[in-house]
Amino acid sequence: MRAVGIISRLAWRNLWRNHRRTLIMIAAVSVGIWAMMFMTALMRGMVNDMVRDSVKSLPGHVQVHHPDYRDDPNVANFIAEPSGKLLAALNEKDVVGWASRVRVPAVVSSERESRSVTFVGVDPARERAISFVAADIDEGRFLEDRADSGIIIGRKLADTLDTGLGKRIVIMSQDPDNEIADRGFRIVGLFDSSLQALEESYVFTGIETAQQLLKIGDQVHEIAVTGTGFRNIDPLYQSVAAAAGPDLSTLPWYELDSYLGTMLGVMDGFVLVWIVVIFLALSFGLVNTLVMAVFERVREIGLMLALGMKPVMILGQVIVESVMLLLIGLLIGNLLAYATVVPLSGGIDLSVVAEGMEFFGASAILYPALEINDVIMSNVIVIVLGILASLSPAWRASRYQPIEAITKV
Amino acid sequence: MSAVRCVNVSRIFRQGDLEVTGLDNVSIEIEQGEFVCLVAPSGGGKTTLLNAIGGLDEPDSGEVWVGDQRIDKLGKGKLAEMRLKNIGFVFQAYNLIPVLTARENVEFVMQVQGVPAAERRAKSSAILAEVGLQGLEDRRPAKMSGGQQQRVAVARAIVSEPTLVLADEPTANLDSHSADQLMELFVHLNQEHKTTFVIATHDQRVMAYARRIVRLLDGHIVEDIRQQAA
Repeated sequence: MRAVGIISRLAWRNLWRNHRRTLIMIAAVSVGIWAMMFMTALMRGMVNDMVRDSVKSLPGHVQVHHPDYRDDPNVANFIAEPSGKLLAALNEKDVVGWASRVRVPAVVSSERESRSVTFVGVDPARERAISFVAADIDEGRFLEDRADSGIIIGRKLADTLDTGLGKRIVIMSQDPDNEIADRGFRIVGLFDSSLQALEESYVFTGIETAQQLLKIGDQVHEIAVTGTGFRNIDPLYQSVAAAAGPDLSTLPWYELDSYLGTMLGVMDGFVLVWIVVIFLALSFGLVNTLVMAVFERVREIGLMLALGMKPVMILGQVIVESVMLLLIGLLIGNLLAYATVVPLSGGIDLSVVAEGMEFFGASAILYPALEINDVIMSNVIVIVLGILASLSPAWRASRYQPIEAITKV
Repeated sequence: MSAVRCVNVSRIFRQGDLEVTGLDNVSIEIEQGEFVCLVAPSGGGKTTLLNAIGGLDEPDSGEVWVGDQRIDKLGKGKLAEMRLKNIGFVFQAYNLIPVLTARENVEFVMQVQGVPAAERRAKSSAILAEVGLQGLEDRRPAKMSGGQQQRVAVARAIVSEPTLVLADEPTANLDSHSADQLMELFVHLNQEHKTTFVIATHDQRVMAYARRIVRLLDGHIVEDIRQQAA
């Protein structure tokens, strides 16, 4: 510890001895860090968008079902409306909103076409707080109450069925006794979703209307719960699962949509790989800079060793020099990333490639997200790997024989 | 007690199949406060002996003692510690760290030793004044003459009051005036601080200042004489 002052002073001054080389290396580190963080922010933005859209487009963060419903979304696999402990859990402060739904497979027919869809009966007041449909009504109106007998369909489905606002369509499904349950609905609203698949496959009516059609009394098929954020939903999941009890199936969003859950994990891994790959490219320059710096100073290193500086202090000096260079690069790179991401926080319009984006489940506007965890991870990885990359030239410097080094030509 | 004692020290350098004898069974004892010149033609063994005494090179056989410590078998870290505490070095060239000022170069050893900043500053100011470099404390080596640089090196060598100063051809790159000034400084420090000086040289002017001259040839001591210094 006693030599920290002299080691730092030597490292700092040696850093600026060949200032052009140092500036080039700092520029490389800065651009590398910027690229790491900017690309990570774009990827995070895309993934966040995908998850948020997906979660908002019906699942919520946690869902409760009949244990058999997920394997067999049969009308008979219903559950009771929340009450008792479950209702109390749904009214906790970490629950932003919840809604119970009737949800069954059905066939929708217009005068010209038929399509298979998911027929969903919703409580409009509750649904507004947690899902996309009310906000995405493009034409007409959203459902007004639980007994609303109008129907909301996606614009894409309307185009497919060659129908439109105010026209009638027929929904056909089954009741628990396997009898055909069908009736006509008037289209009261068309919704426009960022995900085309939703527009094509979901239709909505009042929950009581759906219960009546399907002859299931006041039973429902799912209870969707939304918490404060999609990343840390385990406490909410555990609380709801405990309240729902073992007779009901409670699942978090990443299990309900395993593709999305896996995607999020893959993206997290991809971010890490991306950071490491950029660093590896940087590390060649870093190691080369340090090797050159050590090579140019062989005689000085020999002198310092001869004067009584321990090899470990020489090792420390080269590593501190590397860390200083990295810290300057990190500072500039972080500022650059911040300065680039903040002006884009309003979103980047990618409508030119919107169809391609939609294939991945992302919307046409990309909102870069510079998350503190990613910033910390990038910086820590660069520093740790930077120190590891510096070890070889530093070790070499510390192993010089003083007299051989001093007399080196 | 002896400041330095070498017993049957041998050192052979190998370059491929060729073996060159650096030192061959050299024994020498140097008392505390002596002012000794090791004199030899190039390749005679004076620098090899100096390096062995300073723990900069490990002999193939024999014993090297500095004070009461045997140093020829010490590890790198222990040797560095021994040099730091006991020995001041003045080399022929590349004596200073170019990114440090004269004061910082002088303080270097003390800083590695862990001497507090205030004490370092006081000592470095005093020693730089003593070697005639007052006012040049904040200059870097590149802005100083060869003689001034050697004075800084001498100041650094003695500032932490080592028992032994080893100098290898300290006047080789100096003009005669600077060389005389440097040697007078050595003599003054030797007399004032009772520091032991061992100087490797083949410069007649340097030998004139020594009270003991040890001549080496082909790795052997061929003459060891005491004389009245100039």
